[in-house]
Amino acid sequence: MSDTAAPSTVTPGAWGAFMRRAARHPSFVIGGTLTLLLVGAAILSLFWTPWSPYEMNLAGKLQPPSSTHWLGTDPFGRDVASLLLVGARNSILVGVIAVGIGLGIGGALGLLASARRGWVEEVIMRLADFTFAFPAILSAIMMTAVFGAGIVNSIIAIGIFNIPTFARVTRASANAIASRDFILAARACGKGPWRITVEHVVPNIASVLIVQATIQFAIAILAEAALSYLGLGTQPPQPSWGRMLSEAQTLLFQSPMLAVYPGVAIALAVLGLNLLGDGLRDLLDPRLTRKR
Amino acid sequence: MNHPLALLDVKDLVKHFTLPRERLFGPRRVLEALRGVSLNVQAGRSFGIVGESGSGKSTLARCVMALDTPTSGTVTLEGQDLHAMKGEALRAARRDFQMVFQDPFGSLDPRQTVARIVAEPLAALASPHTPSRTEQRERVVQALDAVGLRQSDLDKFPHEFSGGQRQRIAIARALITRPKLIVADEPVSALDVSVQAQVLNLMMDLQEQYGVTYLLISHDLAVVQHLCDDVAVMQGGRIVERGSPHTLFTHPVHPYTRKLVDAVPRVAF
Amino acid sequence: MSDDTLLLEATDLRLRLHTHAGAVDAVRGVSFRLRRGETLGLVGESGCGKSLTAMTLMGLQPEGATVSGSLRFHGEELIGQSEARWCALRGDRIGMVFQEPMSALNPVHTIGHQVAEPLRLHRGLSAAAARKEAVALLDRVGIADASRRYDAWPHQFSGGQRQRITIAMALACGPDLLIADEPTTALDVTIAGQILQLIRELVRERSMGLILISHDLGVIAQNVSRMMVMYGGLVVESGPTREVFTRRAHPYTQGLFGSRPQLGTAAHPGGGRRARLAAIPGNVPELSHLPPGCPFAGRCPVAGPTCEEQMPADIRIEPDHHARCIRLEAAA
Repeated sequence: MSDTAAPSTVTPGAWGAFMRRAARHPSFVIGGTLTLLLVGAAILSLFWTPWSPYEMNLAGKLQPPSSTHWLGTDPFGRDVASLLLVGARNSILVGVIAVGIGLGIGGALGLLASARRGWVEEVIMRLADFTFAFPAILSAIMMTAVFGAGIVNSIIAIGIFNIPTFARVTRASANAIASRDFILAARACGKGPWRITVEHVVPNIASVLIVQATIQFAIAILAEAALSYLGLGTQPPQPSWGRMLSEAQTLLFQSPMLAVYPGVAIALAVLGLNLLGDGLRDLLDPRLTRKR
Repeated sequence: MNHPLALLDVKDLVKHFTLPRERLFGPRRVLEALRGVSLNVQAGRSFGIVGESGSGKSTLARCVMALDTPTSGTVTLEGQDLHAMKGEALRAARRDFQMVFQDPFGSLDPRQTVARIVAEPLAALASPHTPSRTEQRERVVQALDAVGLRQSDLDKFPHEFSGGQRQRIAIARALITRPKLIVADEPVSALDVSVQAQVLNLMMDLQEQYGVTYLLISHDLAVVQHLCDDVAVMQGGRIVERGSPHTLFTHPVHPYTRKLVDAVPRVAF
Repeated sequence: MSDDTLLLEATDLRLRLHTHAGAVDAVRGVSFRLRRGETLGLVGESGCGKSLTAMTLMGLQPEGATVSGSLRFHGEELIGQSEARWCALRGDRIGMVFQEPMSALNPVHTIGHQVAEPLRLHRGLSAAAARKEAVALLDRVGIADASRRYDAWPHQFSGGQRQRITIAMALACGPDLLIADEPTTALDVTIAGQILQLIRELVRERSMGLILISHDLGVIAQNVSRMMVMYGGLVVESGPTREVFTRRAHPYTQGLFGSRPQLGTAAHPGGGRRARLAAIPGNVPELSHLPPGCPFAGRCPVAGPTCEEQMPADIRIEPDHHARCIRLEAAA
């Protein structure tokens, strides 16, 4: 007795089908483009910038856009376009590492909480609640004030406040997966909890974590900008969008565009990542839970 | 009573669940899911458990599969007490008993290929016994063939198959270690009538070809009657009547059994 | 017991879905007539189009789907009606009961509020008057202590009780037609029997028309006087329940009956091998992959050479018994 019906909607490449659907999703397309621009700018800055962002030229300060300086110069004569490019690199660096800390540690804690249940879960979740209770930016400010300003400390501070978010999201998703029959089937084979977590739970919650990571990335960029604006983040001479904003503040009526450029850069980066996150959420989640 | 030929011997199985408190200082309620269940499955004679929701039949399945620890009572498979065994020994023993679940959509990991899913019981065996990758793949091909699927289905994902095909995959997974006992918890309830028939026929064939014994749990009396040699009716955590399916369903004694049999809508005119 | 009021008349009802894989004809020409007091059953497996047909009868077909054909309710053409007109009919003149009692009730409203809602919406009753009627309804459907339980929450009821509550909601305004889509599939068999009995009684009491959709032949046998068997979006056989059950003209109907394990039979007193079920080989085809002819041709034991190419006409076996097959003699 053989079952001869051919499975009908076989996608020759699941990836290809995904990209086709994705290409029709406006949030994903716009967000993806903006994010690519951001990443592209960052990568470009590693190899080439129009001018050196560290080169000061007080004689040529506060120049309007021209063919040599495409966006003009800042109060110290540095090329604004170059500053934006290297600033992008900074933002990405902070975002990646801070989100990495959050995802790595928070994700692990969330998986532990879900696998262990009982008091382990309670303790981890209460620690997460405790950390959540602190207003993130203020606490980051406090930490950098205590431990010293600079990019490393701001990454650590932002990273720490990413941990509870990832812990919560991971635990909730892992719990939802844990009640499914295929987990029970794996236990019935004799697989231990760690093996089940790695082989079954993680692949099934990956999409949720990816979406969360893009959202946290946007938040991290904003947080880094806020810290740098206050002088607690990236220190000079390293360029940073936040610090560009604070430097432009006193000159707001003389050269307003100096505030607009980094402001727009931050806004577009955050917008792009949020849209990308929204688009990914729509594209990834329903596919996993879709029944035939 | 100890039956020397018993494949599965369940004695006085009791399982209580403590429920969360309803009020802060109120008592915790206890759900008595199983209240002393004893049964005996002989090798080669499939055993059916019939009951409605809340009867405890799924809890019984989980205790028999050693997925839940009973509050008291024993589950003995071929003379070995499953709940007294330690980690490694239990893992090794699992090769002899496997399970098929109700939901063909939920019992397969959507992120894994069919090959990986069906090979899982082999891959999970303790290290000296774990077959090599090639051997695993070969055995997967054999198992798929036994359930009527093809080699080309090996690298596909569950969502590419229909409900009946997915249940076949689940059966292939349950068969792959050549178990002696397969616990099937509502294996065809989620399937269309014509697909049910195919899967039931398959299960009957496999029983003959591989000498596997089923512990079949179902709310559907006709399905149980078709596949099983002995039947027990469960209600409220207890077995209220047992016997051969034909006798039980044509001449039920216990009022609950009678109620169940009467409630089945008849097709005859 | 039927009076001559033609309640619902469907003529060549078709539903076209627009999926990303293209246009799919999910319902391909369903026709029937229903009078007050009559009961009609729709039986078929998943993917046959029975639920979509039921949804179309309420104007609840999926967004973007195209409905064609004719659907007359008390002579009024419903296809193409405005949403406002449909809203006026739903809950007032046409009631519907769905499969999942767990999700049919809103968890944040009391059950009394939900039963009273159609009364307040369609009849304009005041809160007090609606409450009184709702309590009477809840009592009629068998909810004990109805006046107190009016203020209870859905989660405090069992599945069977919730289904009774949804029936009360469907019947609140005294509709002429009740559509029940797999009302007992999610319930235990003993409870299911009670719910179906309740529906039968209410339909009789109020002289309503009933359309009952189920995949369970037993449910159909005991609850409806006429039935239609659906496969691949088509009605392959229709007629009085007794006729269809005994005659089983269409090969698919035969296959469906042969697939069921029967209680009380299949005994093998000699300990010999049990009879295998006469299962229909193959799978239900995807609606997007149907041949131009008979959708069952690929699995049919008596299919002929032209079956897949040409849509079989509706053959009249008896005055009221039809089957859509050109190989009826071979199948008999």
